Amino acid sequence: MKMDSLPSPLQSGEMIDTQTMSTAISTGAGGNPAPVAAVRHIGKRFPGVVANDDISLDFNAGEIHVLLGENGAGKSTLIGILAGMQQPDAGDILIDGAKVRLGSPRESLDHGIGTVFQHVLLVPSLTVIENLMLGGSWWQKLARSAALARFRELSDLLGVTLDADALVGKLSLGEQQQVEIMRALWRGEKILILDEPTSMLTPQGVKDLGEVMRRLRSKGVALILITHKLAEAYELGDRISVLRLGRSVGAIAPDERRVMTEQQVTDRVIAMMFGAATPTDAAAAELLVGRAEGRRARREVDRSGAPRLRVTQIATAADRGACPLHDVTFDLWPGEVLGVAGIDGNGQKHLAEALAGQRKITSGTVCLDGADITAAAVPVRRQAGIRYVTDERLGEGTVGAFSVATNLLLKEIGSAPFWRRGMTDWTRIHDHAREKIQDHDIRTPSEKTPIGKLSGGNIQKVLLARELANDAGVVIFNKPTYGLDLQNTRLAHERIVESAGHGLGTIVISTDLDELLEVSDRIGVMYQGRLVGIVENGPEVELAIGKLMTGQVSS
Amino acid sequence: MSELLTQPFLISLLFGAVTAGVPLLLAGLGEQISEKAGVLNIGIEGMMLFGAYTGFVAAYYSGSFWMGFLAGGLGGMLVASVVVLLCIRQGLNQIVIGIALTIGAEGLTALLHFFQFSKTYPRLDKAPVLEIPGLASIPVIGPALFSHNIVVYLAVGLVVFLGWLFRASYVGLNLEAAGAKPAALDAAGISVVATRSMAVLSTGFLAGLGGAYLANVGAGLFVPFMTHGAGFIGIVLAMLARGRPVWVLLGAILFGVSLAMTTALQVAGVNVPTDVVQMLPFAMVMLVLVIFARHSVLPPALGLPYVRGDR
Repeated sequence: MKMDSLPSPLQSGEMIDTQTMSTAISTGAGGNPAPVAAVRHIGKRFPGVVANDDISLDFNAGEIHVLLGENGAGKSTLIGILAGMQQPDAGDILIDGAKVRLGSPRESLDHGIGTVFQHVLLVPSLTVIENLMLGGSWWQKLARSAALARFRELSDLLGVTLDADALVGKLSLGEQQQVEIMRALWRGEKILILDEPTSMLTPQGVKDLGEVMRRLRSKGVALILITHKLAEAYELGDRISVLRLGRSVGAIAPDERRVMTEQQVTDRVIAMMFGAATPTDAAAAELLVGRAEGRRARREVDRSGAPRLRVTQIATAADRGACPLHDVTFDLWPGEVLGVAGIDGNGQKHLAEALAGQRKITSGTVCLDGADITAAAVPVRRQAGIRYVTDERLGEGTVGAFSVATNLLLKEIGSAPFWRRGMTDWTRIHDHAREKIQDHDIRTPSEKTPIGKLSGGNIQKVLLARELANDAGVVIFNKPTYGLDLQNTRLAHERIVESAGHGLGTIVISTDLDELLEVSDRIGVMYQGRLVGIVENGPEVELAIGKLMTGQVSS
Repeated sequence: MSELLTQPFLISLLFGAVTAGVPLLLAGLGEQISEKAGVLNIGIEGMMLFGAYTGFVAAYYSGSFWMGFLAGGLGGMLVASVVVLLCIRQGLNQIVIGIALTIGAEGLTALLHFFQFSKTYPRLDKAPVLEIPGLASIPVIGPALFSHNIVVYLAVGLVVFLGWLFRASYVGLNLEAAGAKPAALDAAGISVVATRSMAVLSTGFLAGLGGAYLANVGAGLFVPFMTHGAGFIGIVLAMLARGRPVWVLLGAILFGVSLAMTTALQVAGVNVPTDVVQMLPFAMVMLVLVIFARHSVLPPALGLPYVRGDR
């Protein structure tokens, strides 16, 4: 995608123009007389949860309205209601000032509301243009040439170049998202909702998306951006609204937002999201903004002794899709956090599995405290103190249908003291679970609740509670905070650093560089199955890491 | 072996292959529609059998083959509507319901047949044959391939039609999406339930038509359990065809030939126990599965009920 040649829609003059325009409208008659879309007193309950409680928001043309909030704040429910996937229990939806009922995705689309959901909703086995044509009625003639015309029109509007006949399954995630945006705009470019659109994108993909959003704003589209990331909200948002526990707890209007500095916006939003600026929330604030340097006093790692884990020239065999390892060598000392950076799919999964014993190592050795464990199976390694916190929390990490209590003991099933002579001691298992739930602040209705019903953050807490227990020596984390909200991300980071402080050797594999800068002592970079370099964490290491990540090897 | 390849043998083999292959073709194409849409339609055997029964009854009492075919298709659709109700609308397990429907249809048709026809065993007249002008007079090929009931030509035409439908129509796109990523179809504003229901009802019609052909044209009478696993072979054909109707046709020919061997060998006077010969198609199923099953590509959402909001 070539964006450089296009005039940036965010030239300051134009931006002020749009904003004064919308300000002029909005100050016309005490608020907003004519938003393109609005919700009024929306309420939605699920069994046991109030997902939306009396939410009223306006969405204006030519404006990016950012909705911020933690997981469970009710953002996704609100989006579901606007997209026609769910029906509100109370309140009204207004389009161009008129009340409408959005009973199905189709009605929502017909009103010009297009949604790009968090998860890719494209058919991988169809081509780009076929995906865009989806939605025609039975027995209608396939209007391919008309579709191609619309495709070109939207390509120009978005400023992207895509092959209409490429199979969607073969596109990158960033390109798939462009297709999704096109689909959302297909039947009229009035309102575009983007639900956490950057969570799966590369840095370049995020940048491209920002350009696309600004272009659409300059064409008068009303954009709604849902995000966790404050930096993103500041950079893209004209109007920022904060949801908390299903309620709308505050907003920053465009004219306010324009005269505020990033720091002021951040402080305001943090205050709204977390109630008051307590010390822990200040930490969350830093995390939100994503400033890594100097955030944490560097721990001194004593590397004079023997390393806890010594990995020498290990390799794995190629497996379909996943990148195998070649010649990976590193040492890990007790009390050290080694971050492993790299663009997704450069062998990180194989590294994690090879260390955990779930994948055969074809050459090289792995030594734990001097003992060779290269060929040891999972239980032996676990016994020796190696723990693995997988990135697939549900599936590889836990069994969704089992209770929290059982999942907390998943890797000890059948062993004493919880199982004796083939009998299960449920009292003891549930006592153990209640203790862990207390210690790790796991939010669950009860220890008997199936773990699949918990949120991602709480499932991760169960995993951490299980893996960090009992004589762990080396812990491998694979994307420990993927999909978690800020609070839980912060908690997970604290746990990681804290357990390293107790002398654990820790490996954190992540595609989120900010996260690695936050927790690591050293950061290694994976590129095409090789560990191409390890750098000491410190100010301005990003550049060095970035070069390693893209294969400009300098190690 | 050379005396085997006589004209009567070849004609009987090819003619028999077509007669035996058409129900398989109809079942396979029907199953393909369901599978494309993400429904594993195990009940197709029951749909065929029920269609065979209703088709025979209608043809017998009305005296019209057309009524027979129509009633067969509708009978299959009736069974399919149970799948729509229980599996697609209620999200019940497709395999359990499918097996139940097959067993249920076997029991019901056998019972009805017992009360109605077990004393008389009525037969239909020979089904009308449409000889394709010109082609029908070619030696061997003519009588073997071009003098059949009209349903045969319709079934082959259906292969072409479905090939077009899957590739170049909204129906094809919607079916593909319903099987590969139902949430995407839903987000595009098309009801997954409606799409899958249409697919399963079409399957029911085609399976029932296949059953009616089997009873009215192939046998000229209805016998309990007469489909003999033809529906299951249809499932195998659909699974191996990777969504391409033409592969279902090739598979149906292959199985049709092996089914026709039974009669053809008898015509040729070869003395092989019929039990052994009758095993042939099923041995063929296993052989084909061993060779090709690795390469079957099934829709990702096959067999999974769709609930909006679940991912």
